[in-house]
Amino acid sequence: MSKSASINSSREAMTAADVSRAIVRIAHEIVERNHGVEGLAIVGLQRGGVWIAEAITEQINKIETSVAVPVGALDVSLHRDDIGLRPVSLGAISNIPFDLSGATVVLVDDVLYTGRTVRAAMEGLNNYGRPRAVQLAVLVDRGHRELPIRPDFVGKNLPTHNKDEVSATAAGVFVAPHSEVGK
Amino acid sequence: MKHLRSIDELGLDGLTGLLQLTDHMAEINQRPVPKVPALRGRTVASLFFEDSTRTRLSFETAAKRLSADTMTFNVSTSSVNKGESLRDTVATITDMGVDAFVVRHKSVGIPWQISQWTTASIINAGDGAHQHPTQALVDCYTIREATHAQSFAGMKIAIVGDIKHSRVARSNIQAFSLLGAKVTLVAPPTLLPPDVSHWPVTVAHKLDEVVSQTDVLYMLRLQSERMAQGHVPTLREYSEQYGLTHKRVLALKSDAIVMHPGPMNRGVEMQIDPSDVKNSLIHRQVANGVSVRMAVLFELLGSGSNLGGQA
Repeated sequence: MSKSASINSSREAMTAADVSRAIVRIAHEIVERNHGVEGLAIVGLQRGGVWIAEAITEQINKIETSVAVPVGALDVSLHRDDIGLRPVSLGAISNIPFDLSGATVVLVDDVLYTGRTVRAAMEGLNNYGRPRAVQLAVLVDRGHRELPIRPDFVGKNLPTHNKDEVSATAAGVFVAPHSEVGK
Repeated sequence: MKHLRSIDELGLDGLTGLLQLTDHMAEINQRPVPKVPALRGRTVASLFFEDSTRTRLSFETAAKRLSADTMTFNVSTSSVNKGESLRDTVATITDMGVDAFVVRHKSVGIPWQISQWTTASIINAGDGAHQHPTQALVDCYTIREATHAQSFAGMKIAIVGDIKHSRVARSNIQAFSLLGAKVTLVAPPTLLPPDVSHWPVTVAHKLDEVVSQTDVLYMLRLQSERMAQGHVPTLREYSEQYGLTHKRVLALKSDAIVMHPGPMNRGVEMQIDPSDVKNSLIHRQVANGVSVRMAVLFELLGSGSNLGGQA
């Protein structure tokens, strides 16, 4: 989804400063929407969403110091709907060392595209308990959804061609136009 | 990878790849709900012509935790008793729509033979005294888990007992050596194959000379029928010379590991309760059996490694 593109041939959609401002804003929005941090848990999707989840959690724990919000990481490879259709590359190992039953879970990913990763993640979460609610935060929403999935918190809406490659790291968000891909 | 029939066929890359995949499966097994939909719609048939507890049950559990359907073939209640041949049995089950066979048979080479008769993947769960690759994977994973070692370079592993009739020993010798361990076989000459000069091992006949220098002490089961065949004079004598006794446990290095593939013969090769041994990994071997077999099933049926055209 967010294969690293050559920075030279790609367009900068967000600078490093834009990314860190978006993370701070999303953290505030999460606290506001949930009226605090009681029962909140943040889960990043392996691999691209994990560092964003950690950064958001760090901000939330600065905003509200009453309870420490836990952060976990989920690898959805074995929950995907395209197993057997293409080779599977497993991410890092899942690590959710807390019970999600009754929690409000904010799933965090870098780039929201078809929505299939998020669908797989929602299924995977139920292995760890039954969350009270699941919300979705993404750094970039690039469109081209194939499932009825909508993010609750968005860093930037970024119209793209469906063959563009979008990379989102702390260094910024870059779009490699589809004509450049494969060069 | 299409089949898993021997450690040779797997090679070092295949072996380390499966051990890494097992880490993912071990995490799934720790979840409150240890089940993923990865092999939904796939069917795994177990075809056991020999008795088994842990191999068969751990394969079935592994298949179910990956959401595959399972079929269990029980030879004692099957049409084999009406004279149906192995080939016809395999063809019949294949016709029902099977993606993998887990096969155990007393004859060497049956998994290779069966793979000529079906398009399904074949997993060798033990063929005669030849190979038992998933047991070797379990043992490598268990050692890796206990020692946190990615490579076994410099590790001294002693395999003790009936090497001659043991498929576990043959698979483990290959797997341990591939990962870099130095393997010593400890057995009376009657329980060694006639010629082991082409194996990557050293041979010792006295357990007491080996026990204090070994990092992993791997005890094999002595099948009682071996005594009737004249391989050992008496069980008591075997157990004196090659059994794990209190005295030998005390002679072990403080961080040495004790393993046994099960089922154990208490009072023969295991003269003591394994729970009395500080670093016994026997229970970890059983627990890891499910994770390892999940990794094998997923690699063969779900990883898509066949899609790229590689064998």
